[in-house]
Amino acid sequence: MHLVINGQPQEVTCSRLDELVQSLHLDAKRLVAEINGEIVAREHFATTQLQENDKLELVHFVGGG
Amino acid sequence: MEDALILGAVTLNSRLFIGTGKYASDALIPAVIEASGAEVVTVALRRVGMQQEGVMDHIPENVRLLPNTSGARTAEEAVRLARLAKAAGCGDWVKIEVIADTRHLLPDGYETCKATEILAKEGFTVLPYINPDLYVARSLISAGAACVMPLAAPIGTNRGLQTKEMIGILIEELDTPVIVDAGLGRPSQACEAMEMGAAACLVNTAIASADDPVTMARAFHLAVRAGRESFLAGAGLVRDSSLAEASSPLTGFLQ
Amino acid sequence: MTSFYDLLAQWPAEKRKAVWENTDFSQVQRALSKDNLTPQDFLALLSPCASEHLELIAQRAHELTLRFFGHAVNLFTPLYISDVCTNQCRYCGFNARNTQKRTHLSPEAAAAEARLLHDQGHRHLLLLTGDAPKLSSPAYIADVVQRIKPLFASVGIEVYALTEDEYAMLVASGVDSMTMFQETYDPELYAWLHPAGPKHNYRFRLDAPQRAAAAGMRSVGVGALLGLAPFEQDTFATGLHAWWLERHYPGVDIGLSIPRICPHEGSFTVKHAVDDRHFVQYVMALRCFLPRCSITCSTRESAVMRDHLIPLGVTRVSAGVSTAVGGRATKEASPTGQFEITDHRSLPEMIAAIAALGYQAVIKDWEDPTASSQATACA
Repeated sequence: MHLVINGQPQEVTCSRLDELVQSLHLDAKRLVAEINGEIVAREHFATTQLQENDKLELVHFVGGG
Repeated sequence: MEDALILGAVTLNSRLFIGTGKYASDALIPAVIEASGAEVVTVALRRVGMQQEGVMDHIPENVRLLPNTSGARTAEEAVRLARLAKAAGCGDWVKIEVIADTRHLLPDGYETCKATEILAKEGFTVLPYINPDLYVARSLISAGAACVMPLAAPIGTNRGLQTKEMIGILIEELDTPVIVDAGLGRPSQACEAMEMGAAACLVNTAIASADDPVTMARAFHLAVRAGRESFLAGAGLVRDSSLAEASSPLTGFLQ
Repeated sequence: MTSFYDLLAQWPAEKRKAVWENTDFSQVQRALSKDNLTPQDFLALLSPCASEHLELIAQRAHELTLRFFGHAVNLFTPLYISDVCTNQCRYCGFNARNTQKRTHLSPEAAAAEARLLHDQGHRHLLLLTGDAPKLSSPAYIADVVQRIKPLFASVGIEVYALTEDEYAMLVASGVDSMTMFQETYDPELYAWLHPAGPKHNYRFRLDAPQRAAAAGMRSVGVGALLGLAPFEQDTFATGLHAWWLERHYPGVDIGLSIPRICPHEGSFTVKHAVDDRHFVQYVMALRCFLPRCSITCSTRESAVMRDHLIPLGVTRVSAGVSTAVGGRATKEASPTGQFEITDHRSLPEMIAAIAALGYQAVIKDWEDPTASSQATACA
């Protein structure tokens, strides 16, 4: 499936958001996801189906002042 | 001593907030937080890099996260970042920071007000970062801000209380806490801000860029406490020759 | 909505008295060396300890007055347009139980009186009525204002407490300032002093300046009638009221008036008479606490006192005063005024006296350039 993740076009094999997060070796506990501009609550990762051409934003906390 | 700072619905005992950016290694952060005594720690939101670890691994559970909206150039972007931060599960506090000027990194008061109004209505505890401008501060308070965070000097410059006069006016005029943010370079400057009546100070670069950040964090901790206690104690009179009691040219008619 | 009442409640009478009594000299000195005084500092300057150091306070009050007002003193004159009053204020010459003849000027007669004051050179006019909301209604006051506004740069009102909508209506008709005397800030004493009439409502009067500010009044003044309550009580509450208004309505000019009770028709025993030294101390403490506020001194005070108060903080004085209704341009007139005048100087005499002190009398200070009535100004 073709997705745009954080601005980068990517081909992925998984179809659910939690699977994608896992395949990218990201820690879901610290992550926020936005699909096509809509925030996905963390408890919904496992029930969120990805669609062809979805635009994903995966953000997390970094150091800041 | 009973002297808590109440922000939103939260009671804080420490009046030093610290930032977590610009450290030589994020591994320093736990020791810095401990030495600083801070209960509020700021973080930023960024897209994940594929191998990058987040700062969260280094922040103890018991401190309150204050996500900022750095990177936002408009109110709309700040609102989006605030909602994302909330979705990340770190509470409803947010430091609004809207900067469209990449040269001086000065905050945009108008956009900050717009974002504050929207987010306060959504139930966020909004801590806006501003130029020390009384009109902007008043607009923010009517928009629902929990405090105002005026800059002491341009961000990251360590130049100290350059805006002292204006911050003094905010402290004098506002009933809302004034938290001095950005530009404080030394503990003595944070101490002075607290002595003037600031409710708290937020320090990042001065600690992160010190040769020994942990010791510097402790120095800020002590300075903020000293300044606060000095403020509460009510400083004694500075002897001024003009206060000499003259004969009675102005009140002689009363004799 | 927040009210001054909430702040006042944090300063019960015993607390005021205790801080006032226990002030030492170092606290007085500290209050004098600060840029921004707290209410505690203000109380320190009113204290018995501060009474021993009047000249020291005078130096500071003088310096602050010069810094914020320069050598300028604003002049105004009052115009009483009705002494019909339904209140029974125990200390007032207009008390409904006094049997004197009453006069209520028609809007035409009021305008004729005002024109005469204009012709004498006055440009700041203060309209006063008794408290008779049916007879001297807001609509009546607005009618008078609309007739006279073209003649004056500023028209103020000193009338009974109105609603915010009524204040807004008067602002629209050309009023730019209001003064409201709380008389005393002690609710029990207030209730006793004002046994009947609309003025009996303490809280409605207390919040009147706030309502006027919210309604867009350009300047709002407060004051207590000195002599009713113990010195430290109402002096402190008055300053605190102005301080609160300044903080909550930063766009409004806040002013203070300093009336000291004087003899009048009827009999009233002044329980807490304020002597000259305390009176001067009060004015100076107000100036130090509220350096930007105007301070108005009426002709209740003598020429000597008024002249000496100008360097110490008074920035606004009246001239050519009569506190009786009518008699200038109209035959209708009341025989006695609201209070006895002790400074009878005319406008030219006041201008000369102020000049002799090294100050400039300002006949016309500010005029709203957007006022619709300007089209017919100087007609």
